[in-house]
Amino acid sequence: MAIQTSPFDQLVKEASRNMRGFSGKDTPDDTLLQDCVHCGMCLPTCPTYRLTGNEASSPRGRLWMMKAVADGRMDLLDPAFDEQMYQCLNCRACEAVCPSGVQYGPLVEASRAQLEQHRPRPRWQRVARSVGMRLPFDDIRRMRALTGGLRLYQRSGLSAVLQRTGVLKRLGLETLEAMVPPVRERPLVSGRESWQPEDATATAHLFNGCVMSTVFSGVNRAAGRVLAHNGYATDVPATQQCCGALYVHAGMMDEARRLARINIDAFERDGNGAIVVTAAGCGAALKEYDHLLADDADYRDRASSFAERVVDLTELVGTDRLVQPTVSASQQVTYQEPCHLAHAQRITQQPRTMLGSVPGLELTEMRESSLCCGSAGIYNIIRREMADDLGDRKAQHIKDTGAGVVVTANPGCAMQLRTSLNRNNINAEVRHIAEILDDAYGGERAARDGTWAFQRATPPT
Amino acid sequence: MDRDAFLAELKTICGDRGVLHQAADLLVYEYDGSVDGAVDTERPLAAVLPTSTEQVSAVVRLAYRYGAPVVARGAGTGLSGGAVARGGGVIIALTRMDRTLRVDPVNRTALVEPGVINLELSQSVGPQGMFFAPDPSSQKACTIGGNVAENSGGPHCLKYGVTTNHILGLEVVLPDGTVTWIDAHGPGVGGLDLVAILVGSEGMLGIVTKILVRLMPSPESVHVHLAAFGTMDDAAVCVTNVIGAGILPASLEMMDQLTIKAVEPAYHAGYPMDAAAVLLVEVDGTGAEVDEMSAQIERIAGESGATSFRSAQSAAEQELLWKGRKMALAAMGRLAPNYYLHDTVVPRTRLTETLRAVNDISQEFRLDIANVFHAGDGNLHPLMLFDRRKSGDVERILEASHELIKTCVSMGGTLSGEHGIGSEKQGYMELIYTGEDLAAMAGIKLAFDPRERMNPEKVLPKGYMCGEVRALHNQAMAQKHGIHPM
Ligand SMILES: Cc1cc2nc3c(=O)[nH]c(=O)nc-3n(C[C@H](O)[C@H](O)[C@H](O)COP(=O)(O)OP(=O)(O)OC[C@H]3O[C@@H](n4cnc5c(N)ncnc54)[C@H](O)[C@@H]3O)c2cc1C
Ligand code: SF4
Ligand code: SF4
Repeated sequence: MAIQTSPFDQLVKEASRNMRGFSGKDTPDDTLLQDCVHCGMCLPTCPTYRLTGNEASSPRGRLWMMKAVADGRMDLLDPAFDEQMYQCLNCRACEAVCPSGVQYGPLVEASRAQLEQHRPRPRWQRVARSVGMRLPFDDIRRMRALTGGLRLYQRSGLSAVLQRTGVLKRLGLETLEAMVPPVRERPLVSGRESWQPEDATATAHLFNGCVMSTVFSGVNRAAGRVLAHNGYATDVPATQQCCGALYVHAGMMDEARRLARINIDAFERDGNGAIVVTAAGCGAALKEYDHLLADDADYRDRASSFAERVVDLTELVGTDRLVQPTVSASQQVTYQEPCHLAHAQRITQQPRTMLGSVPGLELTEMRESSLCCGSAGIYNIIRREMADDLGDRKAQHIKDTGAGVVVTANPGCAMQLRTSLNRNNINAEVRHIAEILDDAYGGERAARDGTWAFQRATPPT
Repeated sequence: MDRDAFLAELKTICGDRGVLHQAADLLVYEYDGSVDGAVDTERPLAAVLPTSTEQVSAVVRLAYRYGAPVVARGAGTGLSGGAVARGGGVIIALTRMDRTLRVDPVNRTALVEPGVINLELSQSVGPQGMFFAPDPSSQKACTIGGNVAENSGGPHCLKYGVTTNHILGLEVVLPDGTVTWIDAHGPGVGGLDLVAILVGSEGMLGIVTKILVRLMPSPESVHVHLAAFGTMDDAAVCVTNVIGAGILPASLEMMDQLTIKAVEPAYHAGYPMDAAAVLLVEVDGTGAEVDEMSAQIERIAGESGATSFRSAQSAAEQELLWKGRKMALAAMGRLAPNYYLHDTVVPRTRLTETLRAVNDISQEFRLDIANVFHAGDGNLHPLMLFDRRKSGDVERILEASHELIKTCVSMGGTLSGEHGIGSEKQGYMELIYTGEDLAAMAGIKLAFDPRERMNPEKVLPKGYMCGEVRALHNQAMAQKHGIHPM
């Protein structure tokens, strides 16, 4: 009567003979893994599980696989393991709801680091990766050069020509093209600008970021002004670099550590005021520098002090002490919660407090506002299909609110939202929360003739 | 059986993406929410993700032809191993069938697919002034299909009743693949009440593919109170006094000191850390009713020795107080890596006695046991904390569990309040059921599923399965009627 399972059992047995487990540097912490009691409470918050209904695409399934690799029941290089470790958006929605306090983020990052170390890769792929990843992020000056080129390209009309002729499509670059907003302002070079209100009560140091300081430099300047309005004398420490989050997400830990050390050095020089971040993804990574450098005797403690100083812009100003803006903005907006703000940093109320303070602004909540939009670092470039599905779902929810503006607080989300709205022919503008507040304080003009002086620091010699 | 041919046919029904068969893909279908050690994991033969009743029916029919067992699966939050396939079965995961098909605000009903998540149903009908009453602590994740199969309950079932009280009709795929619709009994419906049999049948009689649920009108007013006590006994006395005074709160939940220690640091729900026990009381109804009940409860709590009494002042505060309770179970992960949750209903009058016995077991086996439970209806949830990596811990837990279950049964308790028997409590069935009871249950199973293909090897203890049943049944009937078979 019993069904014959022998050929299948055979398969399982054979497969288990040569299991490669975790080894070497950056292995997923076994104690953290054991925290998961497979209760399943995290399932409905997981975007990939919502789309597929497949347990393997759920946080619990992924954790179970990690445990299986650790226990020698699954091969580290099993394609299914690889697939799931990278299909995960690392949005950390699961982590925010897990009642047992499972630290999912560090576990998936370590699993990726393991794959990075042990996966045989064709040479060309290694080269392509190091060009693709290291070139822009290793040194912020390269990012600036790239953006400069981009600005030129957008302005020259070449962009329009290429779009018309379909060349981009043929090169597979149309997503990238559609994502990037028009670069309006010159890059914000660290160390060159600062905002000094006359009645400053505290100091803050802006974390400039790679994409934020270039493609979104306008947002960072807006943030500087918002901070100044709230009494913070704000500078942009000179020698800082990219936060390294994209490396961490890709499991390239050593590259990330290099950047972390540079940033710790950079921000130690300028006293110990708050380190203010305008990109949720960067903020989440910066707050975890202590974890990243836990094995580095020289930097361990300094990384902890650094991490404690890090705050998101909304976290710092979106409190009941927020200076009330006065310039009315009669518009209906909706708020898209960046995963790395809502889930990784658990900041949900403060951005709403900020939006609520703007006279005339009406906030209409969208459905599933904290479900990932599909951006997830570079996910939308490497995993188009899943990202598009999530983007479409998001676009529909935005449309349903009838709002003309979507507010968010992370560059990746901003770009993904832009593409998704375009693809779905929905007419809504995507803006950063700093820009909304800045406008409500009167924007750049108020800054220049207003109550506090706009100073440009002299470049360091 | 030709596995390849079977898989190929499955694919023609559910499509390539709807059929999982690689060893690695099936690894994650070997567990559910139940405790390691108490329920063995087992890898299924395959897992399918159908999107319609037709697909479910076709899969069941095909499996029937090949002689493969089938096991329905919702969110896999079950605590008794119900969704773990035994004997190389095919898992039919209903997670892709998650549409709400119709909401009728006039008659207050909704027709849903089984994969709809419990809380999301309540949230979606909330704006129309309705909610789905059964609210297991897992309601954020568990499915209505799973609720039906387990006849799940929750804190609000004290006033509103468990799942079975809220099901008006079911579309069921029977073990041979036939699709049928059954109505619950009510005015004008006669015959055998099959819905009553299907609800709580743990996936052994049929796969539910559509559910007509009753929705309740949202109460006009809700108050939530938290009373703290210096001893467990005082808290238990308070429970008895409240119910004795003829008050029917929407829910009446108790948590002991260990639970408070796990929950408070995690959620800052405002439970006093020095209390030996807290009671969470919710009352609902019209404004005047609720005010009056609240005043009465505050008075009774004081008389029963409450050391503090607090009423939530806002919806947010209510939610926070509740969060501590709803997340209590899973927050135990902060105290120990593993927990084993028990589930029994004892007569309310023997609550204190049972709690003391539980405490004795905790001492005897040197085990931490937390208590968080639906005090209002005597549904206890003693929760044993352990670390499965420590050698001997699992054995100790299983021994203590055995002791605990026997103790609860001796207090007149049941094997399960709401989590089901599955494979977890199978071995204990004979503690409370006679051979005749079990043969009667097996008879029902047999009537629906003569070939034992639907979620086999569950609920009924060994000796009451397969062919054994028929023999036993005959034997029991013979004995009953004084006939002695040769
Ligand atoms: C943290 C936590 C707290 C919990 N709290 C409670 C509680 O307060 N009260 C309570 O009652 N339970 C509770 N449970 C147990 C569990 O959540 C419930 O039993 C729930 O109803 C299971 O739903 P599911 O969708 O996860 O079902 P699954 O676990 O997937 O399946 C459970 C059983 O139902 C069967 N089944 C599933 N879907 C169908 C279908 N469509 N047709 C036929 N059979 C089907 C399966 O075969 C299996 O036997 C809790 C669990 C956890 C992890
Ligand atoms: S990650 Fe947390 S919520 Fe998810 S299954 Fe594990 S313990 Fe449960
Ligand atoms: S991080 Fe996001 S995508 Fe990854 S498992 Fe958690 S919820 Fe799912």
